[in-house]
Amino acid sequence: MRCVPLLSLTFFLLPAIQGMAAPESLRSLLAVGPEGQGNAAAAAAWKTLSAESKADDIPGFLGAMDEAGPLAANWLRGLVFTVSDRAKSAGKPLPTETLTAFLTNRSHGPAGRLLAADLLQQADRSAWDAIVPSLLNDPVPALRREPVARLTAAATAAKDKAKLREALGAARDEDQVRAAADELRSLGETVDLPRHFGFLMDWHLIGPFTNKGRAGFEMIFPPETTLELAASYQGKETEAGKDPTVHWQKWTCEDEFGVVDLNKPLGMLKEVTGYATTVYHSPEARPAEIRLGCKNAWKLWLNGQFIFGRDEYHRGMKIDQYRFPVQLKAGPNVLLVKLCQNEQTETWTTKWDFQLRICDATGTALLDPQRPPTPEVALKGKK
Amino acid sequence: MRRAPLLPALISLALSSGSRAEWLQFRGANAAAMGTGQPPAALQATDIAWKTPLPGRGLSSPVITAGKVFLTAASGPDQETLHVICLEEATGKPLWERRFLATGRTMCHEKTNVAAPTPASDGTRLFALFSSNDLFCLDFDGNLLWLRGFTLDYPNASNSLGLASSPVMAGGVLVTQIENDGESFTAGLDPATGTNLWKLNRPKNANWTTPTVWQDPAGGPPQVLITAHEGVIALDPKTGKEQWSLPKPGTTIPSGAIGSKYFAVPRPGKGLAVWHLAGGTTPPELAWESAQINSDTASPVLHGPHVFAINGAGVLTCAELEGGERPWKLRLEGPFSGSPVMSGKILFAVSERGLLQSVDTSTAEGSITGKLDLGEAILCTPSLSGPSVYVRSDQHVWKIGK
Repeated sequence: MRCVPLLSLTFFLLPAIQGMAAPESLRSLLAVGPEGQGNAAAAAAWKTLSAESKADDIPGFLGAMDEAGPLAANWLRGLVFTVSDRAKSAGKPLPTETLTAFLTNRSHGPAGRLLAADLLQQADRSAWDAIVPSLLNDPVPALRREPVARLTAAATAAKDKAKLREALGAARDEDQVRAAADELRSLGETVDLPRHFGFLMDWHLIGPFTNKGRAGFEMIFPPETTLELAASYQGKETEAGKDPTVHWQKWTCEDEFGVVDLNKPLGMLKEVTGYATTVYHSPEARPAEIRLGCKNAWKLWLNGQFIFGRDEYHRGMKIDQYRFPVQLKAGPNVLLVKLCQNEQTETWTTKWDFQLRICDATGTALLDPQRPPTPEVALKGKK
Repeated sequence: MRRAPLLPALISLALSSGSRAEWLQFRGANAAAMGTGQPPAALQATDIAWKTPLPGRGLSSPVITAGKVFLTAASGPDQETLHVICLEEATGKPLWERRFLATGRTMCHEKTNVAAPTPASDGTRLFALFSSNDLFCLDFDGNLLWLRGFTLDYPNASNSLGLASSPVMAGGVLVTQIENDGESFTAGLDPATGTNLWKLNRPKNANWTTPTVWQDPAGGPPQVLITAHEGVIALDPKTGKEQWSLPKPGTTIPSGAIGSKYFAVPRPGKGLAVWHLAGGTTPPELAWESAQINSDTASPVLHGPHVFAINGAGVLTCAELEGGERPWKLRLEGPFSGSPVMSGKILFAVSERGLLQSVDTSTAEGSITGKLDLGEAILCTPSLSGPSVYVRSDQHVWKIGK
């Protein structure tokens, strides 16, 4: 049973590494594991591969990256740069045609294609320049940056709304999305950024529960065991004489970047815990990514399954701060977010919010077919 | 007859500026911030030996050894590309560069960056750590020897403001301090393979300090001193076993400062505490503490009978280690993010605005001996190697001196 993956790997690699050093060496690089496991064997293999390989072997290493995890990919990057440096010092050219073919073959994975692009930019700038426009809608978001930048610049200069829409549609990184969106809005266009990113805007919220002494992060409040939107619970007494009973309440986010601010419906509170839940309908069972931004302590569940949690307060928040590959089921998928606010009183510690989107691995929004229209205010952008 | 006096002088020169012309980690040997050569105190523009462009952001210090200068940098929209760079020490000419991709989170505060931790070296290998929790070991020719991705191993070990603690070598062990609000730890790694020799769970609190190493002058084994919000602990680097501890308050931004007998610990908003080191498992005794000596960001430095500290207003204070008397204060042009370093009586500090300043600490009231405007924002701590000072910005690295 344990031989099957190894045989498959050997079969996959053989066409790419014919004429190169022994495949066993590559397998040692690919086998590195957690906490330094396999480092010693990988180092010995790396030394052999480095000594025996030439520039023409680089495409084979790029192919091996299709099977590499993130650590093995870095072993291979180190190898490729060492071999390419040696070739450069010896005045030997890199195989730019093979690199171009590798880069433009979208059946290869992101790691190898990105490295091929890096090498090609160094070795043959004109070949790279010629390829750039074809990368506008590439499945590897990092390869889109240059074509998006070029298209945005040209469309901005020409005040070409259609081209700006095309650039916006291709952009996946926040800075490039903002640039194209700002330009479109300056030309009087409406831009639906929540839809572009796939931010979930419609939630039910409940709270406050306690987070005295930051204990709420580990405490299990009722929403973690039973999700009943009609239920009410004993919450935290935040004012003397105020009824501490808490209920789920519907909340529609009006922020263009999908920031769900619990301070608005629940009050500017400290040492509290809140929950947000929503249902996302997927037309099919499929892999996806949940991407979260949050500067409070938080926990995340999908369909009752705990995904991740982070007990960190007010260190910063950004789009796609945390990425979680998940498997969506066909039909309704229930998301639950726990959000803790701590005791700090500085002005930069008042935020009690998060932003969450569902997309594919490239960052392209996966929209719920039952998604309500984006609120008007979120279409206008921040003043 | 005339040659005889020259021989011991030449041997002395070789020992002080030849074989020892290296700077192997953040704040040099033992993280004590002490150089051995004589960099130019006057800091003239003509003292700039070379200036070399860099491919990405960084505030890590250069590491200098074996005639080479090693740096780290990070580039890309999310600083996801990690660079390890090697330059020729004599000329600043690039010798090699290796690029890797971050396997951990790269988010940080805009003032810092992913290349914040300074690499360390054991004299034959380079250990380059990044805020993404990626650690690479390379030989001096750029050959990869091993790597780690701590976020893959410990998914909650990160800091959304960015990590900055630098690894240090102590007792043949690479000590990495990954202390944060989540999965907080300090680990001792085998420098040959990168595997854990020990891993110590640490309090869940962000900590940007770098450990210092105390070499007991009485000959005891080295101790790694970890400063944190909860106080100080001293570890045996071979086992990770606690040798002694000091109570809070500790420090999470400026690091502690070590000498042969004393250890100075900044206390945020509460000044400085100076402890008299005892050796073995005996806890140090408090020598004195003062609310008048503050190190807001820059770490203090001990030299001879004195401790020097730069506060948030850019005022350099000199205090006596015996008793805490403060003979002088001197206003420098701040603010400072990087820490001061010293070579002999000369203290070097570079401001965030890129003004490298030198101070003669031996005069009655301290005196500024030189200023050199490098014209770029600089947040790194200078490195000293032989007769040269090295500083870097996000764009360049400079060698100042011969």
